[in-house]
Amino acid sequence: MAYALQQLINGLTLGAMYGLIAIGYTMVYGIIGMINFAHGDIFMVSAFIAVTAFTLLAAADVSSIPLALTFVLIVSIFFTSAYGWAVERTAYRPLRGSTRLAPLISAIGMSIFLQNAVQLTQGARVKPIPPVIEGGIVLWDTPAFTVQIGWSQLLIIVTTVTLMAAFTWMITQTPFGRQQRSCEQDRTMAALLGVNVDRTISLTFMLGAALAAVAGVMVTVYYGVVDFFIGFLVGIKAFTAAVLGGIGSLPGAMLGGLLIGLIESFWAAYLWAEYKDVATFGILCLVLMLRPSGLLGRPEVEKV
Amino acid sequence: MMDTNSPDTATATLLSVQNLTMRFGGLTAIDDLSLDVPAGSITGIIGPNGAGKTTLFNCLTGFYKPTTGSLRLDHPTHGEMRLEALPSHRVARDAQVVRTFQNIRLFPKMTVLENLIVAQHNVLQRASRFSIAGLFSLPGYRQAEKEAIERAATWLQRLRLEHLADHAAGELPYGIQRRIEIARALCVDPVLLCLDEPAAGLNPRESAELNALLLYLCRELGIAILLIEHDMSVVMNVSDHIGVISYGRKIAEGTPEQVKNDPQVIKAYLGEDDEDAENSGNAVTEGAAA
Amino acid sequence: MSTVVFARHAMTPAERLRDAGWVAFVGLILGIPLVGLTTVDVGGRLAVGTRFGLLAAAVATVFAGRLLLHWALDQARNRKLARARASTATAADRAHGAQKAVMLLGWVALGASVALPIFYSDNRYVVDTATTVLIYVMLGWGLNVVVGLAGLLDLGYVAFYAVGAYSYALLSTQLGWSFWEALPVSGALAAGFGILLGYPILRLRGDYLAIVTLGFGEIIRVILVNWTEFSGGPNGISSIPRPSFFGLEFARSAPEGGQTFAGFFGLDFSPMHRLIFLYYLILVLALLTHAFVSRLRKLPVGRAWEALREDEIACRAMGMNTTNIKLSAFAIGAMLGGFAGVFFAARQGFISPESFTFTESAIILAIVVLGGMGSQMGVVLAATLLVLIPEFGRNFAEYRMLLFGAAMVLIMVWKPGGLLSHREPTVRLNPLGKPAAAKEAA
Repeated sequence: MAYALQQLINGLTLGAMYGLIAIGYTMVYGIIGMINFAHGDIFMVSAFIAVTAFTLLAAADVSSIPLALTFVLIVSIFFTSAYGWAVERTAYRPLRGSTRLAPLISAIGMSIFLQNAVQLTQGARVKPIPPVIEGGIVLWDTPAFTVQIGWSQLLIIVTTVTLMAAFTWMITQTPFGRQQRSCEQDRTMAALLGVNVDRTISLTFMLGAALAAVAGVMVTVYYGVVDFFIGFLVGIKAFTAAVLGGIGSLPGAMLGGLLIGLIESFWAAYLWAEYKDVATFGILCLVLMLRPSGLLGRPEVEKV
Repeated sequence: MMDTNSPDTATATLLSVQNLTMRFGGLTAIDDLSLDVPAGSITGIIGPNGAGKTTLFNCLTGFYKPTTGSLRLDHPTHGEMRLEALPSHRVARDAQVVRTFQNIRLFPKMTVLENLIVAQHNVLQRASRFSIAGLFSLPGYRQAEKEAIERAATWLQRLRLEHLADHAAGELPYGIQRRIEIARALCVDPVLLCLDEPAAGLNPRESAELNALLLYLCRELGIAILLIEHDMSVVMNVSDHIGVISYGRKIAEGTPEQVKNDPQVIKAYLGEDDEDAENSGNAVTEGAAA
Repeated sequence: MSTVVFARHAMTPAERLRDAGWVAFVGLILGIPLVGLTTVDVGGRLAVGTRFGLLAAAVATVFAGRLLLHWALDQARNRKLARARASTATAADRAHGAQKAVMLLGWVALGASVALPIFYSDNRYVVDTATTVLIYVMLGWGLNVVVGLAGLLDLGYVAFYAVGAYSYALLSTQLGWSFWEALPVSGALAAGFGILLGYPILRLRGDYLAIVTLGFGEIIRVILVNWTEFSGGPNGISSIPRPSFFGLEFARSAPEGGQTFAGFFGLDFSPMHRLIFLYYLILVLALLTHAFVSRLRKLPVGRAWEALREDEIACRAMGMNTTNIKLSAFAIGAMLGGFAGVFFAARQGFISPESFTFTESAIILAIVVLGGMGSQMGVVLAATLLVLIPEFGRNFAEYRMLLFGAAMVLIMVWKPGGLLSHREPTVRLNPLGKPAAAKEAA
């Protein structure tokens, strides 16, 4: 029981991070209908930026954790958004309106490029940083097992919930949100009505990258290590989360992320840890077969 | 193979739609609709936009499963068939009920000829014996392919499309694409041909040609035609029989003349206002004359 | 959505400079965290290192590169305009010309590939690389059926390659089957996997299909890594028997009761014999694949694949059973991938899950799309490019994959339809070269 509770906490933490990244996939898919394959690598870049920023702070002897976190978040969000913007501008915008496969190939190329660029410039070795936030709250102390929620876990969950709320507000209430939704439904019409489609799409990519940056900082804080390959698997799982929740739906992405996180941690804890990726994909296949529009996606009536 | 309808069935009912209802969630697109399509004749379906005409086609051709109701086809060789129980590809293959689409659906990158040959897929696939005979180019398959090309060429000639046979279908003008789609449907060897707004986007001359074609198909080849159309100059001139649908219900049925003067129809098209009723009757009549 | 193309005014030098400056500025922002700063391990702890010199050089390169790129694009555009004005060729003539050019390219490629080992009979590296190219050509032709013809986006194609390779490896090491016995069985197994996977998922729409196939590819790999008793786990399977030449082994000394290739033909033993044999073997397999796929394309099933790619709903309205058509494409693609896998295992003599990662699927897909969807010759061109680009980068080996990724993006941006996007009709009513009927229409 205690063990299960701990898995629940771990799963939610993991799921919150998947969810943050999944939002980037789902927004981009919603607006230009493509799988932004390089999004996982954008997340990886942000984790490296976070490592550099933390190391800089350590060298400057900054000991205040809130201050350090704020600084790292701002730096990481700034640079990662720039990457999001640049990726869209170079690899996707020239291909808008061409075949469906062309941007996907370009995205895969971009993903390979980013991975190798980081490997070349930052080295192939795993980068460890000293723990930033230690300790936590002991929730339940049984003789056999101690259930604990780490401060970093709490931070991740709280940040994610706050960001989700802010995002939902932004998409539903602000002019940018309206423009974004209008581009999603009919880009040509939106352009005719004076929406700057290029700018809206660019901003969408930057926002997606910003969320990935938050996830990147969180991962760095939580695990304390990053390497150039983390983007691939995390990216695929986050995409799975987006599809599971119903692609195009923000709450769906979050829900999908949480489910994937929970499934993964419970599967690894109770069944076979080495097959946890099989579980994720297996469940994805099942969901798609039984409910192809995802959990919160609108079911599509086939247009004839 | 063309003359599947023998003359003596000309007055019999080919398709009988009974109490058809189609709901999407809370929306009832077709509401308890019954309609008979006689063999060897042209039946027009008219009604305002959103009346449920295309939904009727989608139910008929297996793309939607009707919520309730039955669609009985009296097939000249297979006897009675229940279309609502068949998946879409079997409606075309076995029941030989073939349709065109309101928003043309050709295979745009393939040539016109290829479009027409793909329509004969089932015949050719059988002749190719799971591609084995085809791979080795055995005489049986070669013969079948030659016949398929000839058949396609015949239809292209009849629809005056022969010179465009080797052009990519998607690059041709709209009116021509409409004709290609009809030619492609004819290559499936239909017993019942369902045309969804074949005159949409055609100029008056093209519409007149379409009239002639439809009459030829029906009178000379005995293919029954079910026609959704807004262009009154087509519907009123070629239909033997017209059904009028509004809000998913059949509000009138009869010969073009009867339908034209039906107050219900006039109301559905032009609203309730009594003063306008007379003008509206004229509008429909004028449309027919044009 | 149609796009309106306005005549682009030529940029003034000042605008050029401003544009290049802006791009360089973006390069600077992007460069700071990755190029300008880095973390280095100092006594077990990380410390920040700076490389501002490198960063400055990179930004300067971007600036110059942008100017150069614009200049080159302008030149190319002007040349193209001049050529368009000068030529009076019609669309039909151009199509005819394109078809002839592709045919010629095909014959040249065939001649070159047959002659290659004759000229490089003592160059192990060249023959090896050419063999690799041919493996990718074969894989590309296999995936071309699924993606290029049938339009089904498969991101897990490597799974079938793995099924083929492991089938041969297990059949030969465990049961002692020979290459030629195992080849058809492994191909059939891969096709079986294709049907097994395809049946439940083929009704999913495009992108979902992509992600599920990707998941399937990963599942197969994870199983291969973890199911040690079956697959040897991460260590893979080694000492897989090599194919023999009609029973003649490529070895220095003959096995008991057998004979060696060199001995039989009275040649001095050379390890190159086997490499050249393997090269011709994959060449023959690839050519058979090509003949098979080209023939299929002109059969009802091939036309149905293309029709499916163009419009699935119209296919159903024509009475075509789209599920079966998709399954046939999936199964045939999987079978060809399986054959390639068998050859791969036989050539390497050792396989491990390392060889069947997602990157491999991505490369094969890239070959199909870069080549031009559905174009057989395009696959050859793209496979050659994609294998050779990293090889040319071998001198600075660590940049290989970087170049590879960049090339994928650049080629797509340059030619979104692929290198050879011309589609040759499977059948013509009026054969080419007699465009009289077409002119009459115009």
